Amino acid sequence: MSNRHATIELSTGLFVLLGFAALLFMVTQITARGLVLHENTYRLVARFDNVGSLKIGAPVSMGGVSVGRVEAIDYDSKAYKAVARLAIQARFDRIPNDSDVAIFTAGLLGGQYVGITPGGAETFFKDGDQVDLTQSAVVLENLISKFLFDKAGQEAKKPEGAAK
Amino acid sequence: MSVAGELLLSGRELLQKWGRFTLFTARLLAVSPRALGRFRLVVAQVYNAGALSLVIIMLSGLFVGMVLGLQGYDLLRRFGSTEALGTAAALGLLRELGPVVTALLFAGRAGTALASEIGLMSATDQLSAMEMMAVDPVRRVCAPRFIGGVIAMPLLAAIFSTIGIFGAQLVGVTLMGVDSGQFWSQMRGSVELADVVEGIIKSIAFGFACSAIAVYEGYHAVPTAEGVGRATTRTVVTSSVAVLALDYTLTAMLL
Repeated sequence: MSNRHATIELSTGLFVLLGFAALLFMVTQITARGLVLHENTYRLVARFDNVGSLKIGAPVSMGGVSVGRVEAIDYDSKAYKAVARLAIQARFDRIPNDSDVAIFTAGLLGGQYVGITPGGAETFFKDGDQVDLTQSAVVLENLISKFLFDKAGQEAKKPEGAAK
Repeated sequence: MSVAGELLLSGRELLQKWGRFTLFTARLLAVSPRALGRFRLVVAQVYNAGALSLVIIMLSGLFVGMVLGLQGYDLLRRFGSTEALGTAAALGLLRELGPVVTALLFAGRAGTALASEIGLMSATDQLSAMEMMAVDPVRRVCAPRFIGGVIAMPLLAAIFSTIGIFGAQLVGVTLMGVDSGQFWSQMRGSVELADVVEGIIKSIAFGFACSAIAVYEGYHAVPTAEGVGRATTRTVVTSSVAVLALDYTLTAMLL
């Protein structure tokens, strides 16, 4: 009787263990959070005219290497700018403070990410610093309409030139 | 006139049944904290509902994941973005298929067992005997089974989803040749914690619904062989419909 009870308890324990292992796996391995529970980071604030479809949690990369994440995105209704707060891992503490921060798109269906191009300054970003040089996301519609209007402008000019 | 009368009558019956179910669930919830005190009983029910369902859940999870891998691969190939397979499979499993399919299997595997067990107990007068001994059968029999189901269901769904993702990886990466690095990194890049939480919330809600329905049907079964059989059937039908309806509602709320 007690033997059978032990078996039940053992397999229940095994089941619960498996269940929690699966939960842990889902939270840590499948999402972007990774195993790191408390990452040592510092924060930069970057203001953009347009962040496009940048999402919280999007990677911040330098030279293609992920050095941090987008922590928060907000809109500053006084300056009419989108504000992105970037959490950079503490070990990347030598980013020149005249570096250029831009929003890029990874692939055709990929999400957007923040890219940092290092500048040449001798002083480095500190926690809470504001990034001065930013470049907004390229909005595909704007690009296309620009291209089309350019094209239309050229077409309009052409017959005029041909007539002369 | 008579048709209208019958409709009215069946509508009234339906309402009455709803009310009875709600009252029973409230009673179940009221005695649950005290039933939790009898830990051994709950553990035995977690074993019945969870550990015994493990094999069918794991096997189904593997196959659902594999099918998802295959279908997803074929679909994404048409758009030339097979590397998004990891994302597609993970989101599909975490948010929908994991909780829903697990709940349907749970209703079939554990829900029927609960309903027929309690129904048979009442058919053989075991529940009345308990009442004679001043033992509340809802507290002694129903509540531990209900709690066991509510505990087991999210864990089962988590196991299902995890195994499913490995199934998708097996087909997508090993068989179809999607790059393993892209499979995992795209998945990690686009699946958010909120997606996992959505799945967990859903599985808890489904566990709650399935267990409550099974216990209710068993407890209110007509105490004959036929009645217990009917109660078991009703458990599966009602649970399945409830899970799917609840799924839409929860998705609309959480999305």
